[in-house]
Amino acid sequence: MNLSYSGRARELLESAGAKDYDLLRVTAGRRIYEGILMPRPEILDDLHVVLKMSNGYNVGIDVEKISSVEVLGRARPPERPSPPRVSPREGLPSVPIVVTGGTIASRVDYSTGAVKPTETPEELIDLIPEIAELANVSYVPLMAKLSEDIRPEEWGRIAKKVAEEFNSGASGVVVAHGTDTMHYTASALAFMLEGLTGPVVLVGSQRSIDRPSTDAVLNVTAAVRVAAEGPMAESVIVMHGSTSDDFAWVIRGVRARKMHTSRRDAFMSVNEAPLARVTEKSIEILNPRFRRRPSEPTEVVARVEIEPRVALVHSWPGIERDLLEAVVSSGYRGIVMAGTGLGHVPNRIVDEIGEIVDSGIPVVVTSQCLFGRVDLKVYATGRRMLQAGVIPAADTLPEVATVKLMVALGRGMEGEDLRRFMTTSQVGELTETISPSAYPPCFSGGARGG
Amino acid sequence: MADLDYRELGLRVGIEIHQRLATREKLFCHCPPLMRHDEPHLWVRRRLRVSYSELGSIDPAARFETLRARVFEYGAYSDSTCEVELDEAPPLPLNLEALEVSIEVALMLNMDVVDEVHVMRKIVVDGSNTTGFQRTALVALGGEKSAIETSEGEVRLSTLCLEEESAYIVETTPQGARYRLDRLGIPLIELATGADIRSPDQAKEAALKLGRILRATGRVQRGIGSIRQDLNVSIEGGARQEIKGVQELDLISEVVRREALRQVNLLRIRDEMRSRGLSPSSFESAETLDVTEHLSGSKSKLVRRSLSRGSKALLLKLPGMGGLLGREVQPNRRFGTELSDYAKVFGGVAGILHSDELPGYGITEQELSYLYREAGLDRSDAFVLVLASGEKAKLALDAVRRRVMQAALGVPEETRRALPDGNTAFMRPLPGSARMYPETDVLPVVTGPLVRKILARGLPEMPDRVISRLVTHYGLTEDLANMLLDDGRIAQFERVASEISGLSPRFIASTLTSTLRGLAGEGVAVHRIPDSALETTLRLVAEGRLAKEAIPNVFRKLAENPELDPSDLAASLTMSEEELDEIIRRVLYEEREVVQRVGMRAFGRLMGRVMSVVRGRVDGSVVSRKLRAAMEEMMGGQK
Repeated sequence: MNLSYSGRARELLESAGAKDYDLLRVTAGRRIYEGILMPRPEILDDLHVVLKMSNGYNVGIDVEKISSVEVLGRARPPERPSPPRVSPREGLPSVPIVVTGGTIASRVDYSTGAVKPTETPEELIDLIPEIAELANVSYVPLMAKLSEDIRPEEWGRIAKKVAEEFNSGASGVVVAHGTDTMHYTASALAFMLEGLTGPVVLVGSQRSIDRPSTDAVLNVTAAVRVAAEGPMAESVIVMHGSTSDDFAWVIRGVRARKMHTSRRDAFMSVNEAPLARVTEKSIEILNPRFRRRPSEPTEVVARVEIEPRVALVHSWPGIERDLLEAVVSSGYRGIVMAGTGLGHVPNRIVDEIGEIVDSGIPVVVTSQCLFGRVDLKVYATGRRMLQAGVIPAADTLPEVATVKLMVALGRGMEGEDLRRFMTTSQVGELTETISPSAYPPCFSGGARGG
Repeated sequence: MADLDYRELGLRVGIEIHQRLATREKLFCHCPPLMRHDEPHLWVRRRLRVSYSELGSIDPAARFETLRARVFEYGAYSDSTCEVELDEAPPLPLNLEALEVSIEVALMLNMDVVDEVHVMRKIVVDGSNTTGFQRTALVALGGEKSAIETSEGEVRLSTLCLEEESAYIVETTPQGARYRLDRLGIPLIELATGADIRSPDQAKEAALKLGRILRATGRVQRGIGSIRQDLNVSIEGGARQEIKGVQELDLISEVVRREALRQVNLLRIRDEMRSRGLSPSSFESAETLDVTEHLSGSKSKLVRRSLSRGSKALLLKLPGMGGLLGREVQPNRRFGTELSDYAKVFGGVAGILHSDELPGYGITEQELSYLYREAGLDRSDAFVLVLASGEKAKLALDAVRRRVMQAALGVPEETRRALPDGNTAFMRPLPGSARMYPETDVLPVVTGPLVRKILARGLPEMPDRVISRLVTHYGLTEDLANMLLDDGRIAQFERVASEISGLSPRFIASTLTSTLRGLAGEGVAVHRIPDSALETTLRLVAEGRLAKEAIPNVFRKLAENPELDPSDLAASLTMSEEELDEIIRRVLYEEREVVQRVGMRAFGRLMGRVMSVVRGRVDGSVVSRKLRAAMEEMMGGQK
């Protein structure tokens, strides 16, 4: 065990030989405290020692007042009743859960308050027994990363693992992922995986799994159901559809966007209806325009080449040439602009963009409006941008265009090839027509309100 | 009910007081800590989940089954609740105003304030918190000098916690429950005493004293439900019971009395079981029998209705228990009722039937004999019958069987719910150590600066000091002063008394206490009247724009419609001078002969007649002055 304390508190605890989670007796003034020494996060001061007392409460004791510290007992590994063993059942589809990290793969130890990763499918089944009824679930730990720390280079690792699982008989593959950048990974998997034979389902939780109110129960159950039974052979995100625990959306990975920092129903399908809604009992198809499971088994191939040096640049009233210069001089090999309105940038930087394009760095244009498509023919600014050589990406989302450009450059595309790739739909990320019912994005009556 | 000798029984009682605070905002968000009376604007459906193996040792299967089926609905208000109550956004930092009030109370009680307060999550899965846990923080610990005096000795304080109030339960539904979110997150002080209390009356006295200390801060909410007591009760040889939700002070001693009695009676049942040679192992493998067929021809409506809905009738044999299930443990509650509580909680069934209450419920003596015979039992035995779906009935009877096993050992430790008559009903087993872990979304708070600020400003006066000051400074009676304190209206009284001249402090105090209490007694929802409206009403009286007599009517109207402006009401409830003159003229005319005959001695009679028309709309002293003048004028005119 470590001692997580620093400074004054550390000196005091070290001199008593204490480590995190040891049982201590601390005398402070006229009081004697007994309890388990809790780890102290770095952002807090070094002037307090935190004990978890036998009544369950943590208290912080001022080091100034402490006259003695005594170790009464060493930290013990948490006692946890082992969950029941689950053996595979004949006739159920096989659904591996590839774990990349996030709170969906952790659980709390109430004796210490520590949150630890789950290590076996039994632990997840212990909390969400429903999934064992839907599929033979296995656990494939790949990495333990917060999603904001996942780099483009790591998408390839995930894609390879997913392909491997399909090629060894998975009916569908669930990818447990942090929610912040889930839609980037979902897009990357969409572009990288060819010949999919079933759904790749990204799932996460907005309320961590240690909480009784966790959204993971509904999300994971729905994700496993889609992986096991869903008719689509695409990369999708399955997350809450409303603030209630009543259904989840199946959103095409390249159409998904996190639109709220913390709500359960943060993910929305932009510019098209979600593919389906998943309730406790069924999968209801809402938008049948998706790639179906092939009738013959085919090999799933992961094409993982990627050029991570693509910049996503937001236009705003204060943007100047020097920002773009900085991007280029930092070695970025492609730029995606999230322009204003129909895709515009200020006229004063259009010349600079022309120079960048001429130097061989593609500039792809999307809109920060997210909803609707870019159109650079309507106003003079847009026409100047076209003349400068930008590639308009229609209704592709800025984040998706970024991933797509990384893939295109990773595959060595340039010139007209690259322009054609970016302006045509590869996996449903770009459409010719947008349904009038795709906006505002309230896809099913009052469902959003719960 | 004759009082027991509580000293001899070794009665030990501890109190936990839960008091809502009157802060500007809730504990972890900026929403107002206001209770609403209107329909929520939207409803959200949620479930709660804890993992199978975290459920603890007491029949995890049954609890799991009940848990996973439950659906909770939460009503939110778009203008006074936010994403935090809905568990859709992380909590904001701990409300420092609420922490300050908590520390103030702790210091008034000589408790030791902890140096750094840490907010914890306490797992609660009954749906009363959208998160599935209650946020709670230990603010202070009792020390040697933290105690209150009662007439039967000292009662020490053990802990003071600052917690978030739970959601308000609107109703329980077949699937779970419906809650309103207006109450969720209101700051709440939980003040716990040690188990120092030795008698029912002492429990009430201690609760009263602690309540007054809390109210002496002037920063607590008042009204129904704003203060609740939980009681920990045990007797020697019995077991600790945590009794939840005693809202009325007067019920405290009765709950303690009846709980002591219950434990005495349960111990007698244990002794009787022992003398019959029964032990827990006698019921280890008590048999269950499916008697659906046997009862298929029953004339009992209850039985017929259940069976026609597809229920099974399951019977649990309890050998040697004849007569014990009918034993009274509390007034009108039998040991059978205790078993029924378990069946309801663990099996989700509507109730049980037991052999000691049969024949009954339409089940005849013949049917009873038949059941005894078919079960291979005789009248020294007992049985419990459950009508429910097979799965529920099994869970229910298994819970009953385990409760009977416990009865052979004595009194089980339980969390119980106070009933309106002072009895208690089983809620759930007493949790072992609470499942608590840190609320990592809220940073700890160092208390030193707040403690220094409070001490520099000075602590609020203790209740005794407040009372004597009100008596000497405002000339109030001690009763009136205590009423102000108990109703939480000291600060308001002092504000009104200093701001409004022309009203006697006694009148202000009695309006804020007796008048409101009287109306509440009539069933008027006085708690809905905003403080500002009460004060405006008093100001109107002081300015002569409203008769004192009209006050109750103004309050009635305000309780019905708290948005009304008392000034508008005053106009409609106050009679103009011209109208009054007109009425006096009419009465004088009608009574002219009497006046002519007896002169001013007719004043009382005339006053009565005028008042019968104008009461509640004109001040009596004004009527008296005008009537006297008019009579004198009439008599003078005759001379």
